[in-house]
Amino acid sequence: MTVFVQALILGGLTGGVYALMTSGLTLSFGTMRVINLAQGIFVVLGSYLSYLFFTDVHIDPILSILITAPAMFVLGFVLQTIFLRPIRYNAHSLSLVMTWVMAIGIEGVLSIIFTTNQRSIVTSYANTSWTFGPFEVPAVRVYAFALSIVILAGLYFLLEFSKFGRAVRATSQRESAAKLLGVNTDRVSAVAFGIGCATAAAAGCLYGLIFIFNPNTQYDLIGRLLAIVVLGGLGSYKGAFIGAMTLGICEALVQSFISPQWSDLPFFLILALVLILRPQGLFGLRERGAA
Amino acid sequence: MLRVAIVFGPLVVFPLVTNSSATWLINIGVFTLMFAGLATAWNLIAGYTGYITLGNMAFFGLGAYGIELVFQHVGVGAGWWPFLMVPVVGLGVALISLPIGWVAYRTRALSFIIVTIVLVVVLQYLALNLTSLTGGSLGISMPTPQFAPGTFERIFYFVMAALFALSLGACWYVRQSRLGLMMFAVRDDEDKASGIGVNVAVPKLIAFSASAFLSAMFGAVWAYYLATIYPQFAFDAEFTSMAIILIGFLGGAGTLWGPTVGAFILVPAQQYMAFTLGANDYYLIGYAAVFAVVMLTMRRGIVPTINDLLDRRRRGRISQLGAPRSTGAPVAEPLEAAVGSAPQ
Repeated sequence: MTVFVQALILGGLTGGVYALMTSGLTLSFGTMRVINLAQGIFVVLGSYLSYLFFTDVHIDPILSILITAPAMFVLGFVLQTIFLRPIRYNAHSLSLVMTWVMAIGIEGVLSIIFTTNQRSIVTSYANTSWTFGPFEVPAVRVYAFALSIVILAGLYFLLEFSKFGRAVRATSQRESAAKLLGVNTDRVSAVAFGIGCATAAAAGCLYGLIFIFNPNTQYDLIGRLLAIVVLGGLGSYKGAFIGAMTLGICEALVQSFISPQWSDLPFFLILALVLILRPQGLFGLRERGAA
Repeated sequence: MLRVAIVFGPLVVFPLVTNSSATWLINIGVFTLMFAGLATAWNLIAGYTGYITLGNMAFFGLGAYGIELVFQHVGVGAGWWPFLMVPVVGLGVALISLPIGWVAYRTRALSFIIVTIVLVVVLQYLALNLTSLTGGSLGISMPTPQFAPGTFERIFYFVMAALFALSLGACWYVRQSRLGLMMFAVRDDEDKASGIGVNVAVPKLIAFSASAFLSAMFGAVWAYYLATIYPQFAFDAEFTSMAIILIGFLGGAGTLWGPTVGAFILVPAQQYMAFTLGANDYYLIGYAAVFAVVMLTMRRGIVPTINDLLDRRRRGRISQLGAPRSTGAPVAEPLEAAVGSAPQ
């Protein structure tokens, strides 16, 4: 029983970080109807940037988010404008492929600069954990979860109450109508993509604190993120959050009760089940058309 | 037919005229033909029915492991016999692909793409972890065929060429037939097609299993060529999957010769880059750069763009049969065209 609750706690805490990663996916899907397959590598890039700031400049990684997030926002904005915007009206399958190509390109750059050695951001508080009765809760995971929630809340307020947020929601609902109402959907998409990239920077920092990473980690990550958004439903933030928490917990349970080797399995199994039973996910919309 | 002769003539003659010490050239030929065939098989699903898939590696890998397992458990001997097993393995994988396709087709568009990605990742995962069956990360092997060293690659070259011809033939046949019309209808607007009475499951599943059949056969021959295969290369979700799509889009998805053109450009280029730039990582960037540049300049791919240029010079000629106006249904709604913002 203790093991079970311990797994619940750990899984929930990791789920928060996954939720932060998927929020970026939902943003870009909503505004562009493109799944950003480069989200995995953006997270890894965020990890590397925080790692650099920590090892070279000795800034606490969580503080470094204040620098890496805006920098990656600019990167995301630029990438969307150069690579994704020109081909938007061709077919979103092409945009999808283009995001994957960006991912491969960035992975190549990272492999050259950092090599493929595994790294981790090991801070002074990396090994501290708090004990509540029979349960041990690592401090880094709590910080990561807390920060994820804060950022997600910020994102929520941005989308709900700001003019830009309304523009994003309008573009997500019906792009042509938004255009008619005067929304510059191209710029909204670019900014949304940039925000997705910035949240990936933050998530990367947190991920790097907890786990080890190298450029290849992007494949694990994107696999999980895709499973999460399919479970939650493409385009739904609520769904992404619930999906992330669910899968984080499932992963932890499998790790504790079966074996860490099979920890990816729940993602795939749940994905398959969702697709057989309810293809639109928990909160998603039915899609039309083949492409 | 002229085009067939132009392409296949040199293809057949090529290995016979190369110096027998330059077997690396024929090796490049083997891989070029393999990718051309794989991309053409991919085209059946992605180009003709419009469902972009990254999942053909799943069938490729299943074919590869299939023939290795058949060898281990049934023992078909070395030399020429495994080649006879190749179509059998292909059929087996095609049968397996039917239920997989049925599940996958419960989703559309982007979810479908995700499903296909996950399919490959799952199979790689299973291949790595079911060690009693597959040998895990140590790989699985079968004995190298005892062909004469001088003509070793040549034999595989011709087998690949035959499979490539089969892929092309399948695509060509589809284009001419009613089945092809059903597929194009699905691509253009599946719901409307269903509404006017097209049984959409038929073209989708046939495309899926035909593509699986072809991909599996390529996988089986590839496995025999390499003798030892490993999960991360047989079920290569990242690199080979993307290579096939790159080749398809580069040449022009939805056209007959598009993927072939793409393969003939990209595969030798990739081998060259790997050879000169050495480290794996530089040529990842090179690959990404080539794709980005080509897609930003020739958005529909090489073959459609060239055809458009030719068309503009010869007005009145009907555009190439089978290629869509844009790859897949456009994102923009009709109002977009009226508002005039699409740069297409």
